[in-house]
Amino acid sequence: MATGIRTESEAVGLATRSTRGEVDGWRDQPVLLRLVSIALFAGIWEIAGRIPVSFAFPTFSATFTAFIGLIADGSLPLAYVSTLQPLLLGIVLSAFLGVGLGTLCGLWRTGEWLLIPVFIVLQAAPVAAFIPMVTFVYGIGMTAKTLAVMILALPVIVLNTYKAVRNVNESLVVMCRSFLGTRWQVVTQIVLPDASPVIFAGLRLGVAAGFVGVVLAELLITPTGIGDLITFHRSRADYAEMYATIASIIALSTLTLIVLQWIEVRVFRPETRGA
Amino acid sequence: MRAAVLRKEPSSMPAPIDPIVEVRGISKSYGSTEALRGIDLDFPRGKLTSLLGPSGCGKTTLLKIIAGLIKANAGSIAVDGKVVTAPGPERAFVFQDFALMPWATALRNVAFGLELRGKARAEREEIARHYIAEVGLAGFEDKYPHQLSGGMRQRVGLARALSVDADVLLLDEPFSAVDEQNRRKFQEDLIRLRSNQNKTFIFVTHSIEEAVYISDRIVLLSPRPGRVSQIIEPEIDRSGDPDLIHRDKHYLDTVQEIWQGLKQYAE
Amino acid sequence: MTLFGYRVPMMASLLVWCVLWEIVGRLDLVFLLPPLSEVLSAAVGLVQTPSWQSATVTTLRAFFTGMVLSIVIGVPLGILMGRVKIADDLLGMWVNIFSSAPLSALVPVLMILFGFGERTIVAAVFLFAIWIIVLDTRAGVRHISPSLIEMARSYGASRRALYLKIILWAALPEILAGIRLGLIRGVKGVVIGQLLVAIVGYGALFETFSRNFRMAEFWALTIILFAFALLIAELIERAEAKVEYYAGAR
Ligand SMILES: Nc1ncnc2c1ncn2[C@@H]1O[C@H](COP(=O)(O)OP(=O)(O)OP(=O)(O)O)[C@@H](O)[C@H]1O
Ligand SMILES: [Mg+2]
Repeated sequence: MATGIRTESEAVGLATRSTRGEVDGWRDQPVLLRLVSIALFAGIWEIAGRIPVSFAFPTFSATFTAFIGLIADGSLPLAYVSTLQPLLLGIVLSAFLGVGLGTLCGLWRTGEWLLIPVFIVLQAAPVAAFIPMVTFVYGIGMTAKTLAVMILALPVIVLNTYKAVRNVNESLVVMCRSFLGTRWQVVTQIVLPDASPVIFAGLRLGVAAGFVGVVLAELLITPTGIGDLITFHRSRADYAEMYATIASIIALSTLTLIVLQWIEVRVFRPETRGA
Repeated sequence: MRAAVLRKEPSSMPAPIDPIVEVRGISKSYGSTEALRGIDLDFPRGKLTSLLGPSGCGKTTLLKIIAGLIKANAGSIAVDGKVVTAPGPERAFVFQDFALMPWATALRNVAFGLELRGKARAEREEIARHYIAEVGLAGFEDKYPHQLSGGMRQRVGLARALSVDADVLLLDEPFSAVDEQNRRKFQEDLIRLRSNQNKTFIFVTHSIEEAVYISDRIVLLSPRPGRVSQIIEPEIDRSGDPDLIHRDKHYLDTVQEIWQGLKQYAE
Repeated sequence: MTLFGYRVPMMASLLVWCVLWEIVGRLDLVFLLPPLSEVLSAAVGLVQTPSWQSATVTTLRAFFTGMVLSIVIGVPLGILMGRVKIADDLLGMWVNIFSSAPLSALVPVLMILFGFGERTIVAAVFLFAIWIIVLDTRAGVRHISPSLIEMARSYGASRRALYLKIILWAALPEILAGIRLGLIRGVKGVVIGQLLVAIVGYGALFETFSRNFRMAEFWALTIILFAFALLIAELIERAEAKVEYYAGAR
């Protein structure tokens, strides 16, 4: 366990391999097939809803109508305002803290020894168990939600940054030193740029984890935002509205991740070492 | 000193005797790339024929069509007079990258062809052991591919092809991933095998020296789209000292002649 | 790290944190954090209670059922996507979406579809674990060297033999990696599911402990869960090490 740091990002389709593998999955697929795939999904949903597989399984069309309704009456946008604030704040804080800590651990052996095991544990363990606790300590406000986001997002960001900094191209570092670069220059001119694709991939994974954190916090204790909307419509048995809300948050997170991946490819890929 | 090498003028278009593999009008395109155009060839029984040509001329493609691994767009392949379209037990393939199963020992790799044919374990392992010894790997039966050197791995691949007792062995640049010493040693082994196994070998290479050294017949292919441009029979007596053959005038002349033929493509 | 010339194993630093926890707990510096020793003795007490034992049985049962389902369905699905282009085109997008979507939002749906019981937890584990298994299996199948497959065909392998003797084995390193990640996600799924359902297994215990401010037991349960998650990851990693030698050799 202590030998190789394995993070979720090793998973195919996520960070590290994105330089070649799965990124193409999003791009190379003909648009037509993508549309067919979506249509098929909607069709199966519609049929399953019409059978119906369960009294609590609305059709696709009913869900879509409910979605329009939720937007029209303003409840969905309002819920998003209260959900996205802590999400954004949590992500930004985790990004700064995580990249900082990760870089530190990658460069400084004692820091690595002290902190990395903690984050390995946090990444592998079901930290969601902490969320009720956080709510206990900080109440049901913005702080608790932000902390929930950070608890989930921080480990993956730290570990990715750490891995990237640690596995920096050694010959580039030697090159910089041989041209009399200072330690500071080595870090800012070589290490961080070289590590940036993997760091960014870590941030993307952090965003995905942050979505989980905020939804979980809202579902578990804090009755606000999207989580509250889901719970509320469930309690009133407005299943179409409930499904619409859930689908919207999944769609939003997916879109966010696609945009981030697009940026990753655009910004970091061209200069990502010839390989 | 020269006596070991028998001289004969290379004849350019000899009449084939008793062909075991007949290639008739084979053409193949990959999308818009035309790889092969109208190939007609006979491979004589019990001989070693090399396919030689510039990179990308379709040697591998032709060999895989003969093996039944890819389908041609036009034309047919007959083995022993019967038209074939799929892999069959009378042909065995030796792969450039060895294609060994990394999770299986040398013994199981060699026996794999027989395993797929449903032969009982004891029986197939006995046969496998025999051919492992034949290619000089006795004692390495229980090693995994990653514990063997490149040359040894290719010997395993060769033993696997021999153990299914096919009449025709198809070898796609079998020595290209093997270092030079092993390669020489291997070529000699192949010559020995050919003389005492009575099998037909079809051998892809892009080394002219190698082709002249080991082949009974050399088929020169033109650059893409691949066509048969020349057939050469080196007629070299290989019973003597291998080192002498490499210095023999007839051998060197043949190499030179083929090089002259190919040079025009190298520009 | 080296200390006085000795290499100190990385994980040893966790001991430092344990000591720190003990000190912080004793000094009562952080709200709701009892000293580690108290938590550990609570853990010893906890594992002897029938409520913990039955909760553990429920949790493990749900976990393993969900994992078996996701492996049994996920691996063939991944192989299908790796081999059949049209399946990959149609499903790839959804597998990608679900592998990184906030699936916790779907747990309320599971609750109304499967009821407030163990079936929901099984479904949650399945939902959390399967996508990464599919993705990794697919990647494993994609990475198989074409010549290995040609080899099998040239020696006359039947379709069944091709899948059972070549493809499954050649993709094994990635399949195991996928299962390891799937197990980690599955543990998260079981915990999130139980927290949300709150009347099954550990979820019920967490609920009781936190409502009654029984913090030592709360932390003890958390530690047990963490230990379980790490143990599982470690076990699979051992299995992976066994096949590592051929991962690079293909
Ligand atoms: N699967 C394929 N898809 C598309 N084009 C292919 C494919 N396989 C081969 N080709 C093309 O067909 C031509 C012949 O390829 P082939 O591999 O048979 O050449 P070769 O003579 O074996 O070359 P080399 O000496 O480099 O091995 C090449 O131009 C190659 O680019
Ligand atoms: Mg070739």
